[in-house]
Amino acid sequence: MKHLLSIDELSADELRELLRMTPSFAEVASRRIAKVPALRGLTVATLFYEDSTRTRLSFEVAAKRLSADTLNVAVKSSSVNKGESLRDTAETIEAMGIDAVVMRHASSGAPWQLTKWVGASVINAGDGWHQHPTQALLDCFTLQQQFGDLDSRHIVMVGDIKHSRVARSDVEAFTKLGATVTLVAPPTLLPPATNTWPVTISHDLDAALIDADAVYLLRMQRERQREALVPDMREYTALYGLTAQRASRLSTSVPIMHPGPMNRGVEIAADVPDLDQVVVVDQVRNGVAIRMAVLFMLLGSGGSAALPVLEAVVDDPDQQVDESAVAV
Amino acid sequence: MSETNGPLVIRGGTVIDAHGTRKGDVGIANGVIVDAGELDASATEIDATGCIVSTGLVDMHAHLGEPGDEAAETMASAGQAAVLGGFTTVLAMPNTLPPVDTAAVVEHVRALSKAALCTVEVAGTVTVGAEGDRLAPLGELAAAGVRFVTDCGTGIQDPLLLRRALEYSKPLGLTIAQAANCERLAAGAQMHEGEWSSKLGLAGAPAEAEEINVLRDLSLVRLTGGRLHFQTLSTAGSFAIVGAAAHSGVAVSAEVASHHLQLCDADLAGYDTTRKLTPPLRAASDVAAAVRAVAGGQIDAVVTDHTPHTTDRKERTFDHAEPGSVGLETALAVALSSGIEPADLLRAMSWRPAELLGLGDPLTRGLQPGAVADVVVIDPTEPFVAAAAAMATRGTNSAFEGLELTGRVRATVVHGRIVVRDAMLFDTATRFDTETLFDTATHSLTASGKVMA
Repeated sequence: MKHLLSIDELSADELRELLRMTPSFAEVASRRIAKVPALRGLTVATLFYEDSTRTRLSFEVAAKRLSADTLNVAVKSSSVNKGESLRDTAETIEAMGIDAVVMRHASSGAPWQLTKWVGASVINAGDGWHQHPTQALLDCFTLQQQFGDLDSRHIVMVGDIKHSRVARSDVEAFTKLGATVTLVAPPTLLPPATNTWPVTISHDLDAALIDADAVYLLRMQRERQREALVPDMREYTALYGLTAQRASRLSTSVPIMHPGPMNRGVEIAADVPDLDQVVVVDQVRNGVAIRMAVLFMLLGSGGSAALPVLEAVVDDPDQQVDESAVAV
Repeated sequence: MSETNGPLVIRGGTVIDAHGTRKGDVGIANGVIVDAGELDASATEIDATGCIVSTGLVDMHAHLGEPGDEAAETMASAGQAAVLGGFTTVLAMPNTLPPVDTAAVVEHVRALSKAALCTVEVAGTVTVGAEGDRLAPLGELAAAGVRFVTDCGTGIQDPLLLRRALEYSKPLGLTIAQAANCERLAAGAQMHEGEWSSKLGLAGAPAEAEEINVLRDLSLVRLTGGRLHFQTLSTAGSFAIVGAAAHSGVAVSAEVASHHLQLCDADLAGYDTTRKLTPPLRAASDVAAAVRAVAGGQIDAVVTDHTPHTTDRKERTFDHAEPGSVGLETALAVALSSGIEPADLLRAMSWRPAELLGLGDPLTRGLQPGAVADVVVIDPTEPFVAAAAAMATRGTNSAFEGLELTGRVRATVVHGRIVVRDAMLFDTATRFDTETLFDTATHSLTASGKVMA
């Protein structure tokens, strides 16, 4: 596999394989010297057309722990708004001899276009409303930590599904692993053809939460009011927010997730994030391990065939890296 | 335009025109069709064995670049593209720089169009600057010979303005041509709304955004008795509405773009910006309905909606890319591949649009002695791979890039002149003495490398 653009492109087996190798990388992160030479000599660039400090840092930390060189390509948002040729930027990156580009873009599909013009591996760190595959992977990993296999688990996602790349990626990943998914949102915040998705649709959050094994809240942006998608935030919170009352009815074993950053008081009541069952910090922590796994899968010695070698590398911190195994 | 190569005889083909389908030879001399038996042995022979011989194709909808967008297309390059695609007449859309909103600009475009190998008919705008605010001098445009007026884009949004245009233009013999798209309902749309827009995370325009305006515009035709032509309809609902309107006696004409006969929204899965179009590629069921509507005659014309762009306008993210695809050199093959019977397709690509443009009655324009010799020879089985770089158009944006298409134009004759032979541009330099042709057309011919040796 050369690029990671969408969850769609991963088979269920590949998805499980990535999740299976992730604890090894998490273990690396927990060491006193949290660094292995797996990607030594390789360069990973972050190309973020949209501000997201946490995602960019997560990728940079992941790359550094694998000993890759990292650089941040600063993109002026003004030139993007003028529709600057994506190809010009791509050719600049290509000329620098970079091995992987981690791309965040406000336009759906931008990473697909980038692959046409660069020889480097492209990792989609979020494109428009479309996909955010590493978020879905870390969400799956976090849920596995909570209750093992996702098979037959019921995951309730609540909020602005229509504009959410997290929802599109998570639905594909969760269902690939056998979970059932209920999407809860007002009809205006659902994509037009969710009848073709492998999910149940609900507009009644209380009913959906009754047998939920996990609750996933999406960020609700205030600008949706202006587009006549919701009347106001107060009503949104009343109907679709995780209020303290709703949270109190959940079993303490039901993890509460959020991709961040949270709008306290909108999709989640002010004090709910402090509950023990909120796993937002686990999600962030797991993000680094998952991104290490993804970088290794794409840039390590040739994809999943090399995974047993990887374990040998990262399980023993003192062992020298077998250069033949990590040569690119 | 200048005369001419000597007499021609197109031998051994299947002749299809408004009179029907038959085996036979077609003779051409002095710019008109003659009885092939009257020509002597010195006539240049074109072997049409296995081919269809028909009246030249007529495109009611093409953007030709000039004036104002010469980087993307010129009359010379568009004319080459047209004749390579079998078109002998093209209606030039008026959203140029400056827009065609006065008789003076009409004359300017006519002068420019002398560089084209095909006949160029000139459309005017409905409103000043095509801005949708106040009426252009429609009487002046009509007096200058304009028969079609359109504001291009998504059509006139203001129903009162459209009513006035339909009323005012009635005694002028003008047809108001417009796309149907409710801009407000389609706000922000990048593609057709449905399963694929949901999956791809792109804002969609529902089919209803088109159909609402089809219904609205039909109501205004009923109110005013004006003449309306729907440009590039694209949804099954639109075809059904127009068909039903015809039954109830509301006369309008309508066209579909050739790409809507083959590509659908699922073909955007790779975010290929050359397939970003207006109207957008619709659902597969709409494509099937478009094919049926053309075959059944509910839709009058298949057009190219040829919209050339320079690479920089397409090498952007999908939401920032300009819509449109070149089509002159692929439309016929694309339409033939849809399975429409050649006779039905040629009606929609040749004599029916000619009739709508006022170029003559389909029967008198047929391939019988005395008719103007606009002729196309088509091999319906010859495959070719669409590649913008190998096309005559300057536009680099083909929605069919890299796809194999079937159905090739072998020869095109415009007013008795061979302009395409053996599927290549014929070397006009040795055939014509007109300064204009020599200076503009042939220069580009050589550059494009398609001149016959």
